[in-house]
Amino acid sequence: MIALPPYAALLGLTMTADDRGVPVLTMPFADGVLGRPGFLHGGAIAGLLEIAAIAALRHALGTDDAGVIPLTITVDYRRGGRDAPTLATGIVTRLGTRIAHVDATAWQDDPARPIATARTNWRLDRPS
Amino acid sequence: MTGFDVPRFAKLLDRGHGGRLGIRYHGHADGEDGWVELALPPAEALVGDTATGAMAAGPIVTLMDMAASIAIWARRGRFVPHATLDLRLDHLRPVVAGRTLIGRGECYRIAGPVAYVRGQAHDGDPADPVAQIVGTFMTTDAA
Repeated sequence: MIALPPYAALLGLTMTADDRGVPVLTMPFADGVLGRPGFLHGGAIAGLLEIAAIAALRHALGTDDAGVIPLTITVDYRRGGRDAPTLATGIVTRLGTRIAHVDATAWQDDPARPIATARTNWRLDRPS
Repeated sequence: MTGFDVPRFAKLLDRGHGGRLGIRYHGHADGEDGWVELALPPAEALVGDTATGAMAAGPIVTLMDMAASIAIWARRGRFVPHATLDLRLDHLRPVVAGRTLIGRGECYRIAGPVAYVRGQAHDGDPADPVAQIVGTFMTTDAA
């Protein structure tokens, strides 16, 4: 399993894997991740999506030796994050030599009804 | 645009995720070309990549989302509940560990319920930003 960074601990994240072994992150609903009253903060959701994307990318790379440098993240907020755990996972849509594209999605009760999705682009620094 | 007191409102943001990160008011300018700056103090807990020590995207998005939100209310002249519709963050370079991040948000257009924002974050030199954002917000009250 991939080691999670300190910011994942601040968000309270735990990591499991789906039936294909792809990491799935869970963020509990807590005061420290709230924005407007009763809803998750968009920044905490973005943080969850980014970590889900990194976990998927590290899983696809199969190594911790490659550097993954974030370039861009674009988040679409679909619905408010309510008082429930939020799950997130990533799909590596392209793994190149120097660049990777990863889509991430976050949902609460139904994966088909995401609360937010993100497109992320990464620069890869692979050991030669 | 004097109906919304930015520093007074920013003092109320000591709760939730922004409060957990220690985000606080840094400065603002009123008017058509107004802007709002918030500060994010450095902390080990914000690291997103243990190998490089670089800051995660979440705290930067949180900082910029909040600065942009307050800039929207300043431009509207009052608080109107809204939610982020979308937000893009460009990482221009890694955030140097141990430095306070300053995020400046601007609302450059309001079209009814929709507000358009942009912003930049720097860690000491505004001419050498670490991140740039663009996004849209929408009011949540059916009005």
